[in-house]
Amino acid sequence: MDTLFAAGLDRLLAGHCSAAVVRRIEAGGSVRDLWSAVDESGFADALVAEAAGGAGLALADAFALFSACGRTALPVPLGHTMVLRAALATAVQSAPRGPLAIGIAAPAESDAAIRCHGVPFGLVADWVLVPTADGGWLLPVAAAERRASGVHGSLKAHLYWPARPADAIRLDTRWPWLSIGAVVTAAMMAGAMQQVLAATLEYANQRVQFGKPIGRFQAVQQQSSVMAEQVFAARMAAEIGCRGDGVLPTPARAACAKARAGEAAQQVVAIAHAVHGAIGITAECELQLFTRRLQEWRNDYGSAAYWHARLGADVLARRGRPALHYLLDELAPRTGP
Amino acid sequence: MIEALALHELPASAEGLRPAVRAFLDDALRGRPVDRLSRSWMGFDGDFSRALAQRGWVGMTLPKQYGGGGKGAFERFVLAEELLARGAPVSAHWVAERQSGPLILKVGSEAQKNFYLPKIAAAEAFFCIGMSEPQSGSDLAGLRTRATRTAEGWVLKGQKLWTTNAHRAHYMIALVRTSGTPEDRHAGLSQLIVDLSLPGVTIRTIGDLAGDAHFNEVFFDDVRLPHDALVGEEGAGWAQVTAELAFERSGPERIYGSIVLFDAWLDHLRSLAAPAAADVALAGRIVSHLAPLRAMSVALTAMLARGESPVIEAALVKDLGTGFEQAIPNLLSDALGAAPQDEVPEALLRALAYVLQVCPSFSLRGGTREILRGVIARGLGLR
Repeated sequence: MDTLFAAGLDRLLAGHCSAAVVRRIEAGGSVRDLWSAVDESGFADALVAEAAGGAGLALADAFALFSACGRTALPVPLGHTMVLRAALATAVQSAPRGPLAIGIAAPAESDAAIRCHGVPFGLVADWVLVPTADGGWLLPVAAAERRASGVHGSLKAHLYWPARPADAIRLDTRWPWLSIGAVVTAAMMAGAMQQVLAATLEYANQRVQFGKPIGRFQAVQQQSSVMAEQVFAARMAAEIGCRGDGVLPTPARAACAKARAGEAAQQVVAIAHAVHGAIGITAECELQLFTRRLQEWRNDYGSAAYWHARLGADVLARRGRPALHYLLDELAPRTGP
Repeated sequence: MIEALALHELPASAEGLRPAVRAFLDDALRGRPVDRLSRSWMGFDGDFSRALAQRGWVGMTLPKQYGGGGKGAFERFVLAEELLARGAPVSAHWVAERQSGPLILKVGSEAQKNFYLPKIAAAEAFFCIGMSEPQSGSDLAGLRTRATRTAEGWVLKGQKLWTTNAHRAHYMIALVRTSGTPEDRHAGLSQLIVDLSLPGVTIRTIGDLAGDAHFNEVFFDDVRLPHDALVGEEGAGWAQVTAELAFERSGPERIYGSIVLFDAWLDHLRSLAAPAAADVALAGRIVSHLAPLRAMSVALTAMLARGESPVIEAALVKDLGTGFEQAIPNLLSDALGAAPQDEVPEALLRALAYVLQVCPSFSLRGGTREILRGVIARGLGLR
């Protein structure tokens, strides 16, 4: 089922999310046309239960969809919106139709004000979930003071609500939003890294130096092999991350996915740029659409350092459990029949 | 381009094997110190291998008609990872069960299957692999050991080097030249089963840097072999070896080589009042690498189970896996030395020293890192 969905999304994005569209939106262009196309296709409701009018996919099925978003550098938060719509549907609440982002709440500065720092896709979202200990609030961006991060091409925004807007939507479901953000991001990173690998191999076979394509040189071949290994490992980790309980990931799976994807991205980006040479640094080359994202996504919803610490603490808390037992308990896909 | 390895669940029938294997190992390995267990699949213990065989845990994927267990690749994966993760000394039967048995089953004659496979499954026949030679390491196709056909069979002349366990194995499956010259490269190579007790075979053990002796130089001085020493097709040795190496490279032994050491270190951290934050993070980092690696190894097993020969994917997982195995002792060494005033259990330090010393070999045996990356590059369309 999920491969069918993924193929459908691939087709949709091939038609609506060209590099030119990504560049236009990064330059401040409207996301309205792109979002309408995505929303009308129904993918944003993929994780919503069938009874509530969605496709009823599990997080595991959605891995391929998140990954397709990364592979095309989709400049709207489709993955985040998918999970948020599923959360709202379980609470029998209707979701706003626009793009939804997931924030990490800053400690309250005063009783009323809400500050949400560095929200991924904050510049292109209509609503942002601000998680709280007992659920969260979906807040309209229209009512916020919104600042761009100032990083070139980034879709991140800093948001500030002087008081909770009257039309804020209360979410009572206590979902692990940091883990959710981490696995969605890890899967997008896996997709982006696949694209970076493909582009790098194509370039290595094309670019001629010393009378032959640079891909014929052992030094480039060895580097490219290392890159492929990292891409495969990151993809596997991200897929493990998406094997949750229905729609929800576990902290251990999120940790493995986000940490491993983050470590891989570091090497993948470095090798891709090394092989591309100066052309890869140019605005014109499409490589940068992906490597800029990978660098940013590495730190969204916790970097490798953050998740290493959480995962390590969990491992050490299991006294007498060898590493393999921990793996089987917490990080292996559930056993089939 | 290589296909992505897909996350694959192990069937419940395979998972069901774990409790019995764990109970057996709890008993069989009781009291063995961690530095001895760290030798993992380099640890040789014939009695242990025979005890496993009595339970049907050697050659379990071989068909029942040849004395095997008739089980699938996933069952073997579960057994292998339980053995390896505990550092069980499986070296005696490992090559026979992982490579030689499947090879004979795939390309051997009916008579060869009937003769060798039951012995392998009973842990009565241990095998070694004769590939490298003094002038032919990574450049395996340049090997010079030659078997000449005569009316009575074959006459074998030449030398193999770095042959693990030759001094305590019963048979060697040797890749040798049966026609042409080294310049013919992949053409004219064949695989022969050599009974190592035959006259003309001389085996000299080579000590290693850790005080162990597992590899050897083996001399063949006009060794007379019967016609049916040939396994598979004459001249098809290269293709057979390539397929065999997919078995060799895809197993979980390429991810668990340092795991006994890692577990001992985790136990040490758990015994401390408050482990350092850097150590906690390092534990998490290592597990975050281990989980996807293991999943990739399961994915390879699924490919083997479907009858595919994932040569390129196996090279990819092995290169990644051995890099991980080598990183563990180096990271742990630094971590343990970060607090020079702390006392560390001696057995843990001995295990660490052993793995540190031998770990460079992890990316040599069965194909060096550079060779594997060349294989991957070919799969990526760069060669």
